[in-house]
Order: sequence, then C-alpha cells, then structure tokens
Amino acid sequence: MVEAHGLVKRFGDFVAVDRVDFTISKGESFGFLGPNGAGKTSTMRMISCISPVSEGALRVLGMDPASEGPRIRARMGLVPQEDSLDLELTVLDNLMIYGRYFDMPKKVIRERADQLLEFAQLTERAHDRVDPLSGGMKRRLTIARALISDPDLLVLDEPTTGLDPQARHLLWDRLYRLKQEGVTLIITTHYMDEAEQLCDRLVVMDKGRFAAEGTPRQLIEEFSTKEVVELRFAPGQHEEIAPSLVALAERQEVLPDRILLYTEDGDAALQEVARMGHVAQSTLVRRSTLEDVFLRLTGRSLVD
Amino acid sequence: MWLRAAGYWAYQYRRTWRSSVVTSFLIPVLYLAAMGVALGSLIDKHSHGVSGVTYVAYLAPGLLAGTCMQIGTNDATYPVMGGIKWMRTYFAQLASPLEVYDVLLGHLAWIAARLAIVVSIYLAVMAAFGVVYSPWAVAALPAAVLTGLAFSAPVSAFAATQDKDTSFSTLYRFAIIPMFLFSGTFFPVSQLPAWLQAVAYATPLYHGVALCRDLTLGQVSWADLGHLAYLSALAFVGYLAGRRTFARRLVV
Repeated sequence: MVEAHGLVKRFGDFVAVDRVDFTISKGESFGFLGPNGAGKTSTMRMISCISPVSEGALRVLGMDPASEGPRIRARMGLVPQEDSLDLELTVLDNLMIYGRYFDMPKKVIRERADQLLEFAQLTERAHDRVDPLSGGMKRRLTIARALISDPDLLVLDEPTTGLDPQARHLLWDRLYRLKQEGVTLIITTHYMDEAEQLCDRLVVMDKGRFAAEGTPRQLIEEFSTKEVVELRFAPGQHEEIAPSLVALAERQEVLPDRILLYTEDGDAALQEVARMGHVAQSTLVRRSTLEDVFLRLTGRSLVD
Repeated sequence: MWLRAAGYWAYQYRRTWRSSVVTSFLIPVLYLAAMGVALGSLIDKHSHGVSGVTYVAYLAPGLLAGTCMQIGTNDATYPVMGGIKWMRTYFAQLASPLEVYDVLLGHLAWIAARLAIVVSIYLAVMAAFGVVYSPWAVAALPAAVLTGLAFSAPVSAFAATQDKDTSFSTLYRFAIIPMFLFSGTFFPVSQLPAWLQAVAYATPLYHGVALCRDLTLGQVSWADLGHLAYLSALAFVGYLAGRRTFARRLVV
C-alpha cells in the first residue's frame, strides 16, 4: 500500500524526516511512535499527499503523490491531528459535505452516513450542531467522516490525544473493528498502550529517523528484558541509592519519580534490594512494555 | 472539482440565507429612502440633480457597486482566515481529492454566486424606486458581481498571508471606507481637489461605480470597456496571486 525509500522532509534548514525507508502492506495496521517533534506527523502528511516530499521515493497505493495526489486521496481517509469539522453545522451535514468532496451521489452519502453514525455511536446526535459535542464525539465524527468514501487506507494522526480513558477505549474498539474488516490503518501516537493495542507493526521515530522497527513483541524482546522492577524511594534518595543497585539488573533507568531495574527475574532482584537494607516506599514487579522500549530508544520520558 | 468546494459554502449558507436575503433587501430600501429620496430631494431642489439625473438615480448604482465591494472584501477576509486557522475548512477539503486551486476557485465562485443574489435583489429594489433607466441595467448584474470579485480575489490572496485578523480592520479603515466615500459613490469625483481626483480614478471602486452607473442610467460609452478591462484584470491578477499565497500557506 505504501512504499518509501530514503524519504526526506525539510522545512528550510530543519530536517523533520531524515532518509527513512518503510513498506506497509495491505490489511496491516502500522504505527509511528515517537516523542513530539520526532517527525511522525511530517511522515504522515507526506503519505496523505497533503505535504510534498522533499527528497526520496514515495509510492502510495501504487501511485506517485507528486503527480497523482487527488487520485490517491480519493481512496484514502485522513484523520488529522487537529479536527477540521465545521462546528456550526450538524453532525450529519458534516458527513454530507465531506461526501460531496469525493463526488459521491447524495443518496449514497446519506446511506453511508447513517451506517457511519451508527458505527461512531452518534446516531442520536445526527441533527445536533457539532460545537457542543465532547472531544471524544468530535474525534469519532472525524473518523466517521474520513470513512465516508469507504477508503482502502485510513491514516490517523494521534487519534486519541486529549481524550479521557473511556473515550479512548471506545475509539480503540472502533478502530479494532475496522482492522478486522481489512482496512489498512496507519497510526501515529505517543501512547504506548495505544500502539500495543492497535499496531501489528511499528517504528519508533526519534529526531527524524527510525530508532527501531518490528512487532510490539519483537521490540520488547530486542530492546528490553522480560521483567521490570519499579522502585519508589523517598524524594531525593534516588541518586544516592541508584549506584548501589546497578549490579542487580542488566540495565537501570533513573526517572524523576522511580528507579527501573531491567532484569529476567524481577522477584529475585527485589529480594536482593531488600537484603541490601534499602526500604522502598513502594515496589512493583511487572512485564516489560513498549514504554520501556520507548524510554530506552528515545532516552526521554513520554511527557511533552 | 472546484464546484465541490463551492458546494461547502453553499451548504453553510443554507443556515443563514433567510437573514441574509432580508438584509440584502432592507439595506438598499433604507439607503435609497433616506439618502436617495429624502436627502436627494434637497440636492435636487438646489442643484437640479446630479449629472443630469435625480440624486436617487445617481446614488443607487454607486451604492450597488459600494455594497459589492464591501461584501466582496468581507467574504474574502474572515472566512479565508477561518478556512485556514479557525474552522480549518481548507484543510478538510485538501484531505479529499480537491487541490489548492479547487479550494481557492471554489471559494471565489461561491462569493460570486452570493454577490449575484445580493445584486439581483438590489436591482429589483432600484426598479421599484424607478431609477433603472435602461435595458442595459441587466448587464449591471455581471458588472456589479465583477466589481465585488475585483476585491475578493486580491483580498483573499492577501488574507492567506496573514497570521492574525488585525490587518483586516486596518484594510477597512484605510482602504475600503475611504474608497466607499470618495470614489464617486455619493458625489462626482470632479468635486474633489485635482490631486485627489487622480487618486480616486486609480481606485477599483471608481471603475465599478462608473460602470454600474452607466449601465443603469443607459449612458453606455467606450469608456465602459476600459472600466471592464480594469476590473477584470484586477480580479484575474488577484486570483493568480491567490494561487500562490494559498499554496504557500496550505501545502507545506
């Protein structure tokens, strides 16, 4: 569906995307992870044919975005980072107008809109103005709108940023259904749980480059250990205690609020800590997650 | 393709068309009654009309062109900024098969359609006031729409370069309002001091007013071709500039 070789995006002297290669196949759900400013959105905008490629080769749906943008976009649905709904019009009108951009007959748009409102759980709000809707509802409407033309490829730029947990889970459920229906999904996110839930395969981006690539499982195996021990000590004690724990783990990460010990056997490491006489305020042994991979690869916390 | 973009604006207009039509009807009625008839009777008594016709007949086509200028400017400032920054309509359109040229042309086409509605009502009101003197007045419809577009096209090109809407009120204060008052709308430009006359002749509104007035009064001459050429050129150059500024702003 998408093939990129040596893809570059420049804004003046700033290189936002620096020679990346990737291939996304049909029916796959592919994620771009990374901190803010890593180049995710720039990559997405090039794939969506709304931002010209600075350098390199890009094929989307077998076509060249530079010369066949409109034909590619006709088969693609885009959920941008910032909603671009018409707040003064009704939910249904927003779908009707968007369908017209794709030159669909009114009757077909109407039928499809009814299905999509059902899908987005907005049927009851169909004739309400968009403005007073909640953030989650607006986001679902934006996704429904992107699906109006029954696209082969759905591109979502940070679909759940700023939503509350319920709204996010509902959205994930809807996206998962799309995936089951065989729609190819491309997602950017800086939420690791989102990537773990939705992506078959993902890349971790940092400073315009790919730091790693693979399935969530592969990435965890490659870049993290089986288990992680989280230790929380009294404020200010972290720097003091951390050096003495280095030997207990394969790798150690000192965060502002916690010390993380990466090890194959978490319980054993925890016993060792206790034997050394350190008294933690709280402890937790857990399996490694993508978050650990992310911390290792980008070397920074997830907050912006 | 651009028709699809114009469709958006038409859709949006459905929400407000009633108040818009009522306003388009009331404004000429009020202005022509107060300034054309009431104030005009004084002018007619003291100076036997203006340029050989009653003041209301002189004023009406001037106000028509002036109204088109205001609508043409208004619809190309805040809605353009809204399309880029507030509602982000243009970005929604660009995520579909539409291209930047469709987005711009669609918006301008809609402004033209809206102007045509307003001008039709205006001409009907003028007819009711008995100030349409010639069948040429039918041509005042496209002429007045063109006058509006001679503003919309360059103003939308300008609006797409702006980051804040503060420059729009500057545009009104220093360009639109002075033009409205001094470009032959209310009195002949020959009343102005010589140096100001030169300035007035250079303004697009002067040419729009002169063209509309010649058509409704039936005083058509070769000079009208000049007015037509001036307004068309401005609209076209404005459109070309808009293609550049829109692309620079929307495709990054």
